[in-house]
Amino acid sequence: MGVSDILGLFNYWMVIILMMIGFYTVVSRGNLVKKIVGLNIFQTSVFLLYISMGKVSGGTAPILTGKPEVYSNPLPHVLILTAIVVGVATTALGLALVVRIKNAYDTIEEDEIQAADDETEFGDPQAAEDHRR
Amino acid sequence: MIAAHLPILQVAVPLVAAPLSVFCRRGATAWTLTFVVSIGAFLISIALLGQVLDQGVLSYQLGDWAAPWGIEYRVDAANAMVLLIISGISTVVLPYARVSIAHEVEAHNQTLFYTCYLLCLTGLLGMVITGDAFNAFVFLEIASLSTYVLVAMGAKRDRRALTAAYTYLVMGTIGATFFVIGVGLLYMMTGTLNMADLAERIPAIGANRTLVVAFAFIVTGLGLKLALFPMHLWLPNAYAFAPSAVTVFLAATATKAAVYLLLRFLFTIFGTSFPTFEPTLTYLLLPLAVIAMFAASTVAIFQVDIKRMLAYSSIAQLGYMVLGMSFATVTGLTATIIHLFNHALMKGALFMALGAVVMRFGDATIDTMRGLGRVMPWTMAAFVAGGLSLIGMPLTVGFISKWLLVTAALESGLWPIAVLVVASSLLAVIYIWRVVEAAYFEPPPEGVTAGEAPPALLIPTWILIGANIYFGIDASLTTRVAGEAARALLKTAS
Repeated sequence: MGVSDILGLFNYWMVIILMMIGFYTVVSRGNLVKKIVGLNIFQTSVFLLYISMGKVSGGTAPILTGKPEVYSNPLPHVLILTAIVVGVATTALGLALVVRIKNAYDTIEEDEIQAADDETEFGDPQAAEDHRR
Repeated sequence: MIAAHLPILQVAVPLVAAPLSVFCRRGATAWTLTFVVSIGAFLISIALLGQVLDQGVLSYQLGDWAAPWGIEYRVDAANAMVLLIISGISTVVLPYARVSIAHEVEAHNQTLFYTCYLLCLTGLLGMVITGDAFNAFVFLEIASLSTYVLVAMGAKRDRRALTAAYTYLVMGTIGATFFVIGVGLLYMMTGTLNMADLAERIPAIGANRTLVVAFAFIVTGLGLKLALFPMHLWLPNAYAFAPSAVTVFLAATATKAAVYLLLRFLFTIFGTSFPTFEPTLTYLLLPLAVIAMFAASTVAIFQVDIKRMLAYSSIAQLGYMVLGMSFATVTGLTATIIHLFNHALMKGALFMALGAVVMRFGDATIDTMRGLGRVMPWTMAAFVAGGLSLIGMPLTVGFISKWLLVTAALESGLWPIAVLVVASSLLAVIYIWRVVEAAYFEPPPEGVTAGEAPPALLIPTWILIGANIYFGIDASLTTRVAGEAARALLKTAS
C-alpha cells in the first residue's frame, strides 16, 4: 500500500475511522445521550461516504451555464440530503425518548435502568442480584 | 384509468391521511379515518394481486419519469402477496385497536397514535412495493421511526416500553444505516438504484470486492431489521411492552417486510450466480436459522411474561422463514413466503388473545393465566387454536408451512434439517402447553370472576383464527400465489 492509497482514498479512510468511532461509542457507552452521539457520528460517516462517491475531481456544481463543463454527480448528494433528514428525525426521537426515560427512571445510565427493571421483575434487589449471577 | 394508478395509491393514500389525522380533535375521529384508509389499502392490494396474477409484473413510473432515472414501483406476485398481508392485518387489527388503544394509551396521545400508525403502514407498504433501492431505505426509515413511537406508547402500562423503544431505535438505526451503506456501494459500482437495473448490471461486473462488501452490509442490515438470530435482541422487549394492538400489528407485518426485502435483494438483485450468494446461504443463513429455531424456542419456554414468550417464539418462526430461503429452491421459497402469510395469521391471533388478557388484568404473566380457561373461555379457546397452529397441527396453517418446509428440506437432500424442523416444533408444544396447563388445569385465583373480553376484541381474534383454519384446510390459493411469488423471485418460468 503506497502513500497514494492513503492520500488518494483519504475520504474513505476517514469514513471508516468515523464509522468505527461512532459504532464503538454506541456499543461501549452506558449513558443514553452518549449512545445517541455515537449513533450520530456513525451516520455522519455514511453521509461522507455518499458525498465522496459523487465527487468528480476538478468538477464543479452541476449548473447549466451553456458551455461544457466537468461536474460532480449530484444524485448521491441529493440522496444524502434525505438520509440527513432521517438522521435528524432519529436523533430528535432518540433524545425525546431519553427525556421520557429520565422522567420515568430518574437516570439515563443503562446499568441503573437495568437494575431498576430487574427489581420490578424479580421483586427485591437481592433476588435480582442472584438472578444475574 | 384509476386501475393504472393503483401502485402509487397503495402508498399515497395512507401517506396523505397521516398528516390529516393530526387535525382530528378526538382519537375516535382519527381512528375512523385510519380504518377507512386501511380498508382502502386492503382493497387496492387485493386489486393489485388480481392484476399481477392476470397480467404478470406491473411497473409504475412515478411522475412519468422513465424507469432507471425516475423511481419505479414494481409489483410482482412476491410483493403483491406481502402488500396483501400488511394491509389485511392492518384492517383486522384496527377494530381491535379502537377499544384496546383507548384503554392502553393516554387520551391526549390517541390522535397522534393513529398518525404514527398510518405512517408505519405507509412505510411498510412503501418498502415492499418500491422498485428502487434507495426509496426502499426511505420507506424503511419511515416505518421504523413510527414504530419506535408506537412501541414507546406502551409506557402508560409499563415504563419499560420506553427503554425497549430506545434499544429498538439504536439497533434499528444501525441496521438501516448498514443497509444504506450497502446501497451506496452498489450505486458506486453500477451507477443505478433501480432494482431491475441493478439485477442486470451486477452479474456483468462479476466478482468485485466492493460488491461483496455491499452484499455483506445489506444482508447484515436487513438481518438486524428482521431479527435474525443473534441480532434479535431488540425484539422481545419491544413486543412485550408495546400496546397490545401494536404488538399484533408489528409481529404480523414489520419483520415480514424486512424478510421480503432480504428475499428481493438476495434473489432478484444479487441473484443466485453472485459469488458470495451460495456460501452465505449455506454457511451463514442456514445455521443461524436452525440455531434461532432451537435457541429462541428454548428461551421462550422459560419466560414468565407470556407476551415475551410469544416474542421469542416469533424469533424462532423467523428462523423457519430464513431456513426456507436458504435452500434457494422454488419449494423452499414457497415455504418462506407462505409462512410469511401463515405466521401473520397465527401470531396475530395469539397476540390478540393475550391483548384481551392484558386489557382485563393489566399484564399477561403465567400467573395471570391461571384458571383463565374458565374465566375467559372464548379468549383462551382462541389462544389454544392459535397455539395449535403455531405448533403445526394438521388442519391449521401452521401445518401447511411445516409441511412445505420439510418437503423443501428433503428435496434439497437435507434430511437432518427436516428432522430438526419437526424436533423444534416439539419445543413449541412445550411452551404452548405451559399456558394451556395454567389456564385449564389450575383454579383461578380467589376473587377473579368470569368475564369475557369485549366483542370488539374477540371478533377480530376469531376472524384470524377462522383464517388460520380456513387456509389450513384449503391452502390451494395461498400455495398457488406463494409458488408464483417464489418463481418470480427465482426468475424461473412458471
